[in-house]
Amino acid sequence: MATEKVQVVEKILDANDQVASQNETLLSQAGVFSINIMASPGAGKTSVILKTIEKLSGKMRIGVIEGDTAPVTIDADKVLAMGMPAVQINTGGQCHLDAMMIDRALKHIDYKALDLIIVENVGNLICPAAFKIGTHANVVISSVPEGDDKPYKYTNIYRGIDVLLINKIDLLPYLDFRMDYFQQGVEILNPGLTTFKVSCKTEEGFDQWILWLSQQVNEFKNRVHA
Amino acid sequence: MHELAVTESILQIAEKHSLKANAKKVTDIFLVIGNLSSIVDDSVVFYWEMISKDTVCEGSVIHFNRIPATMYCLVCDNTFEIPGELIPCPNCGSYQLKIQSGEEFFLESIEIER
Repeated sequence: MATEKVQVVEKILDANDQVASQNETLLSQAGVFSINIMASPGAGKTSVILKTIEKLSGKMRIGVIEGDTAPVTIDADKVLAMGMPAVQINTGGQCHLDAMMIDRALKHIDYKALDLIIVENVGNLICPAAFKIGTHANVVISSVPEGDDKPYKYTNIYRGIDVLLINKIDLLPYLDFRMDYFQQGVEILNPGLTTFKVSCKTEEGFDQWILWLSQQVNEFKNRVHA
Repeated sequence: MHELAVTESILQIAEKHSLKANAKKVTDIFLVIGNLSSIVDDSVVFYWEMISKDTVCEGSVIHFNRIPATMYCLVCDNTFEIPGELIPCPNCGSYQLKIQSGEEFFLESIEIER
């Protein structure tokens, strides 16, 4: 039988991207700024989130959506213990969060009462880069012990992000981490990227990150209410 | 390991367009994938055979048009292909580079029987 060619030209993850933009609209209408935190396991995602909450408590209302591959609530429990609302998403083995999961999570959190939503993605440097979830800013946390070659090997995660945190800088004296080499790789992939060098342990550099984040939240609120 | 989610999206798109075209059967799927996309072709094919069963796409063949990842050197105007990880310009050694291609990720067309 004769076959016929049908032109499609559709982005493969278009369905996910559409739900992502719905999520973004929903959060924008509610005036809630949202960030998606991506990093490898152990880079310090949860530590940065908890420290951020500690620094901003009393100044703004923060909610956290925690993504994990396993059915645990370790991270969400830590956030709840600090008196902030948290939803745990268990991806059931999937290596990333997608827009549909955020859509469902938003039904379980009173996001309209918040100023900021922090999404902690699954610890992974490959898959989360491919799936938009609908947050206003994408954040990557790198850490010194991971090594300075990561931008050269995991190119996609550094593309299309809005801010980079280089965590655990208190360990720089003990490790052969060439900061210049690391940042050169990032510069190729994402020229002029806003970068903060921080340590959750010593709090070095943390104030600059908090200042940046507070500014984003306030500017966003002013834009929405304008 | 996000190939399953990607393969499910491919199936959704193919089914949508085959329905629109009144297709009885989809025989071929043509994808365009840049080499900067971390997708393993064999995994997609593996999942495809499983999830396309009992659909209009059962038995169809997936074709991958792989687009090389190329960089442009801002120092010496050289354009070169990278092997998967970032390397400096092989001509002048500079790291002042810009990505030129390799981020493509779409379903170009399907071949159908009516």
